[in-house]
Amino acid sequence: MSPLKIKKGASKHSAYDLRDPNADVIETHTLAVIVDNESGVLARVIGLFSARGYNIDSLTVAEVDHLGHRSRITIVTSGTPQVIGQIKAQLERMVIVHEVHDLTVEGPSVQRELALFKVRGKGEHRIEALRLAEIFRANVVDSTLESFVFEMTGTPEKVDAFAELMRPLGLLEVARTGVAALARGA
Amino acid sequence: MTRQMTGAKMVVQALKDQGVEVVFGYPGGAVLPIYDEIFQQNDIRHILVRHEQGAIHAAEGYARSTGKPGVVLVTSGPGATNVVTGIVDALMDSVPIVVLSGQVPTFMIGSDAFQEGDTVGITRPCTKMNWLVKETDKLAETIHQAFHVATAGRPGPVLVDIPKDVQFATGAYVDRPKVQTGHYAPRVKGDIEAITQLVEMIETAEKPVFYTGGGVINSGPAASQLLRELVEATGFPVTSTLMGLGAYPASGKSWLGMLGMHGTYEANWAMHDCDLMINIGARFDDRITGRINAFSPGSKKVHIDIDPSSINKVIRTDVPIIGDVAHVLEDALKIWKSRGRKVNREAIGRWWQQIEQWRSVDCLAYKPGGKTIRPQHAVARLEALTKGMDRYITTEVGQHQMWAAQYLGFEDPNRWMTSGGLGTMGYGLPASIGVQIAHPDALVINVAGEASWLMNMQEMGTAMQYRAPVKQFILNNERLGMVRQWQELLHGERYSSSWSEALPDFVKLADAFGCKGIRCDNEADLDDAIREMIAYDGPVIFDCLVEKHENCFPMIPSGNAHNDMLLGEAETQGVIGASGAVLV
Repeated sequence: MSPLKIKKGASKHSAYDLRDPNADVIETHTLAVIVDNESGVLARVIGLFSARGYNIDSLTVAEVDHLGHRSRITIVTSGTPQVIGQIKAQLERMVIVHEVHDLTVEGPSVQRELALFKVRGKGEHRIEALRLAEIFRANVVDSTLESFVFEMTGTPEKVDAFAELMRPLGLLEVARTGVAALARGA
Repeated sequence: MTRQMTGAKMVVQALKDQGVEVVFGYPGGAVLPIYDEIFQQNDIRHILVRHEQGAIHAAEGYARSTGKPGVVLVTSGPGATNVVTGIVDALMDSVPIVVLSGQVPTFMIGSDAFQEGDTVGITRPCTKMNWLVKETDKLAETIHQAFHVATAGRPGPVLVDIPKDVQFATGAYVDRPKVQTGHYAPRVKGDIEAITQLVEMIETAEKPVFYTGGGVINSGPAASQLLRELVEATGFPVTSTLMGLGAYPASGKSWLGMLGMHGTYEANWAMHDCDLMINIGARFDDRITGRINAFSPGSKKVHIDIDPSSINKVIRTDVPIIGDVAHVLEDALKIWKSRGRKVNREAIGRWWQQIEQWRSVDCLAYKPGGKTIRPQHAVARLEALTKGMDRYITTEVGQHQMWAAQYLGFEDPNRWMTSGGLGTMGYGLPASIGVQIAHPDALVINVAGEASWLMNMQEMGTAMQYRAPVKQFILNNERLGMVRQWQELLHGERYSSSWSEALPDFVKLADAFGCKGIRCDNEADLDDAIREMIAYDGPVIFDCLVEKHENCFPMIPSGNAHNDMLLGEAETQGVIGASGAVLV
C-alpha cells in the first residue's frame, strides 16, 4: 500500500484529470449530415459542437429535398482521430439526424465553395487584379471606377490562394459560403 | 376515423394511451387548460409538488423504480426553468422522462410576455429531443413521438412545449399506433462477430472482471437475470458502478462491491490488474477511471453499450459491441454454451486467490465510535435492520451517498435511486416520494445528509398530502461532509463555507409538517430508533447526529490510478496485514 500520495494542502485542486489524453495529431474532415428540416435542428447540431468543445472550420446548410423535408449540413471540422470519431457518433445518435457521411474517409469527393471578393484599386493594381481573376476564373459581378467585386467558385485552398493574391492589390472584404461537398461517382 | 378534440384534451388522451398513471406537476397560467382536463377525469393521478424541481426528481424516482417513463407537467417560464436541473440529471443518468410544459400563446412568443421563456432553447442541450408544438393537429403525434424517443435506445429526457392557444384549439387526435417512429430506432442486437470475439476472450481469460453499469438496469429485468446467469456460469468476479448496483446481488459470491473513487479495494485492484475487462452498460466515467493513462493498463477491454457515442469516448476499447445489454448477453451466453462452456478454471482460481487477498484488507472497516455514532455504522445498522424487507433506497449527494452505496446491499435492480452523473443535491427527498407513489406498500428510505436534504425539504408537504410514508434518514454531521473532506485533503484544512450553521431543529420541523420526527445521538439508542422509524405508519424525519469529521474511504484521489487508494483511518489502525502491505 502506498502512503498518502497527496499531502494535505497539496496542489491537485481539481476533481478532474486536467491533461488532455488525446493531444496528438489533428485531422480535418468534411462531414455531410442529412437532417430533418425543422426549426431548431441547426441549433441542436451546432450546440453539440459548442457543448463538447469541437471545432467548426466551416458550415453550410440548406434544404436539399423539399418533399422529404430534408436539409444537408456540410461541416468541415478538425480534431484528433478520437474526437472525429466522437463527433460522428454524437451526430448519428441525434433523433433529427438521418445520415452522417465522412467524405474524407468514404472515398474521393468534390468540395467547392463560393466566395465574393471586394477589391479597391487604381491603375496597375486594377489591371493586375483583373489579370489574376482571369487566371483563377473569377467573374466580375460588380464594378465601379475604383473597385471590383469578384465571384469565384473553387476549393477552399483556391479561395485562400486568390484572397492571398488580392490582399496587396486592395482586398477590402471577403464573403465565403463555406464548403459544399459530394462524394465522387455514384 | 379521426377524433376531434381540444389540445388540452389531447394531452390527457395521449398520456392515457401511453399507459401513464401518474403525473408530477405544478399548475400555472400557461397550462391551465390541461389542468382543467386533468380535473375532469380519474385515470391519471396528478401529484402536486411544492417546487417544480421536486416534480422532476419525483418522476425520476418513479421511472427508475418502475422502468416506466416519468411524466412531468409544468407551466411556462419559471415552471420550465425550475425543471432544468432535473432534465440534466435525467440526461446524465439515462432516465426516461417526458416533460410537458405550457408556453405563452403562439402569437405572443417572442414578445417577452408574462412568464415567457425560451423553453426549447434552454432545454435543447439537455434533452434527447424537444419540440415546440405550434399546431393542435401535430400535438398528439408529438407526444407519442416524445414517449418513443424518451424510452428507445439509451433512455433520456424529452420535452414538449405547448402554447396555451394550441391547448384551447381543436384538432385531430392521432392514435398511438398511427405514429411513425421508425426513423429513430437504435440498434438492439449486437454484432455476432464481436460477440463471438467476446466469448473467445471469456474462454481464455486468466484475470477477467465484469464491470457493470446502469445500462444493465435500464435494459430491464431480463438483463440482470442474464448477467447473473453469465456470472454464475463463468465464475468471473463482478463489480458495478454507482448506477448499476443491484443488477448483480450484493450477496452473490462473485460480488466485489462498487468500484471507483470510493469503491472497494478489491474491486479497484481487480479493475487495475485484470487481463480482460467486460464493460456492460457503463461509460468509463471519470469517477470510475481515475487517471486515464494508468487505467487498467494490462487488459483487453470489451464494451457493451447501446449508445455508439459511449464507445471510445474516454477509454479505447478493443471489442466494442453496440446493442442492448439483454440482447447481447443472451447471444453471448448462447454462443458460449454452444462452444462448450469453456473457461480457464485453473487461472480463474488463482485470480480469486489474489482477490481474496485484497478482500482481506477489509477496506470498509471503520473505527467503532463509542458513544458518538459513526455514519458508516448508522448505514450498516440501517442495512441490518431493513434487510430482506421490500425496500427502496434513494439518496442525496455527498458522503452519505457513498456510505449508502458501500454499506447497503442491493439484491435486485430498480431498488437504488441516486443522482450519479450530475450529482444533484436535493434529489433524494422528492425521488423517494416518486418511488413511494409507485410502490405504496414498500419501505422507501432516503439516506440523506442534512445539507442536501434542506435543498428540497419543502417536498415533505407533498409526502404529507399524498400520505407517502417516506423515511428521511438524515446523517447529520452539521457539515457539507464531502466538501469538508476535500478541503481537508486538498486545501490545507481551510474549511471555506463547508459547515451548516443555523440548522433547523429537525424534530420540530417534522412536527410542523405533521409527520414524525426522531432524533438519535447515541449509538446505544440507534437500533431502537431505526426500528421506530420503520414501524411508523407515515413519513418520518430521522435526525441521526453523527461524527462530524468522518471521512469517506477508500478513496482514489482524483488524478490517481486504481491501485493508488487511500484507506484512511483503516491504514493507521494496521488493519492491512503484511500481505496487503506488500502489494504496492
